Amino acid sequence: MHQNNHSLWRKNKWLILRRITQSAILIAFLIGPWFGIWWVKGNLASNVWFNTLPLTDPLLAIQSFLALETINNAAVLGAALVTSFYCLVGGRVFCSWVCPVNIITDIAFKCRQYLNIRGTLTLKPSNRIWLLLTILTLASFSGTLVWELINPVTIIHRAFIFGFGLTWILVISIFLFDTFISRRGWCSHLCPVGFFYSLIGNFSIIRISAHAREDCSNCGDCFTSCPEPQVIKPALSINSETRLILAGDCTNCGRCIDVCPDNVFRFQNRYKKPGKPTDKCATDRSL
Amino acid sequence: MKIHKRLQSDNRRKFVKTIVKGAATFSLMNLLLGGYAKIAQSRPTSELRPPGAISENDFLGACVRCGLCVRDCPYDTLKLTPFGTFSSPGTPYFIAREIPCEMCEDIPCVAACPTGALDSLLDDIEDARMGLAVVTGTDTCVSMNGSAHCEACYIACPVKDKAINMIMKQDNGNITWEPTVDYKHCTGCGKCEKDCVVPDAAIKVLPTNIIKRKVNYDYL
Repeated sequence: MHQNNHSLWRKNKWLILRRITQSAILIAFLIGPWFGIWWVKGNLASNVWFNTLPLTDPLLAIQSFLALETINNAAVLGAALVTSFYCLVGGRVFCSWVCPVNIITDIAFKCRQYLNIRGTLTLKPSNRIWLLLTILTLASFSGTLVWELINPVTIIHRAFIFGFGLTWILVISIFLFDTFISRRGWCSHLCPVGFFYSLIGNFSIIRISAHAREDCSNCGDCFTSCPEPQVIKPALSINSETRLILAGDCTNCGRCIDVCPDNVFRFQNRYKKPGKPTDKCATDRSL
Repeated sequence: MKIHKRLQSDNRRKFVKTIVKGAATFSLMNLLLGGYAKIAQSRPTSELRPPGAISENDFLGACVRCGLCVRDCPYDTLKLTPFGTFSSPGTPYFIAREIPCEMCEDIPCVAACPTGALDSLLDDIEDARMGLAVVTGTDTCVSMNGSAHCEACYIACPVKDKAINMIMKQDNGNITWEPTVDYKHCTGCGKCEKDCVVPDAAIKVLPTNIIKRKVNYDYL
């Protein structure tokens, strides 16, 4: 194992870009109510950019369809736009680059590392499937959007824009849950919204690739920092055919690119042929 | 052979266990969320839905709680239900006594709705049915109890001379004027409730899921 000797920027590039994007999106929503500059109206559930571009959360559109069994054109257009965008850049890009809950759970994860909390309530990732099925059946049986009663993703985002109310309870409980009870508990093991986006993510074109996996020194830093460590293994293993991280669960957060001291990872178009490792790398390895 | 059988039964046990566990989690979550959903369908009678809102249960299925109607309301009438009350968080409402609906001719809130929770077929605001005004304080209304000649609600009503009329009542030579609501014309905008001079408004707009407009003769 050797140290990550990259510059501070290189070590945190994607993290910084991600935080800037998250904040920029939130600020775009906030400058309307705060300063009267209406670039975007609405919230993550459904919004209109510059009074022309309508966007709608596809999961909400599906629930609404199940509830009412009617299709509404405006919402379908918005949901289709959002879906195709995430098909391009990666489904769970929503989770790591847009969702406000990500900031809370990332802070919780940092606290966890800082306080050196090892114990965790192991939750099966399959819980997410059950939870998604539950909210879909509930929508279709009750005819209402039941999940929206407690969905932290939309409730917390809405709270920033329309007023907090008791939303702090939700924020604090997610933070405490992720810090003290379960490692990466909410985003990686429970959230059905994230799971839905991971289904979209199976089709996504932009992927992280372990393009120089021969250089891997097995330090394990990528596994420690990754919110979904299980997705890395197939790409990194020398025996596997593809170097791409193909699991829909990957959030394309790019943290593995940042933390890797051996420059193993990079973003890549999934259809691009994997590049051969350069001679320099090969010699480094042999030394 | 024996080991093989044992393995088979182990697998079967595992399979049954997974199914039972899954089903249990599934039903538990259904029960909890479903219960909350039931509670959340009740809503204070003072909270009225925006114009064009479809029937309450369908509304809760169609409205994605985006707040676009709130943004396009020029009078800040509409609000989004905050999280932490027992009604559905994020759904739009207004309280007539605070800021009533000004009944804009172009109905911007309906135009803004991306989902049809506010029905775009509503093109004339006078066809809106946000609720129905009811004289709830028949004893506190100063006009009805004869303590003053007040017609604040009648003056406030934007559907002039149709939705609210002052009707003369004679009782042992005492003449009083009673505000009377015509359900055929009242849009439920709430301007009468807003302008009522009695501290606790004597005329109130009740939401359409509380007060029915259609007469059902089936029980006769």
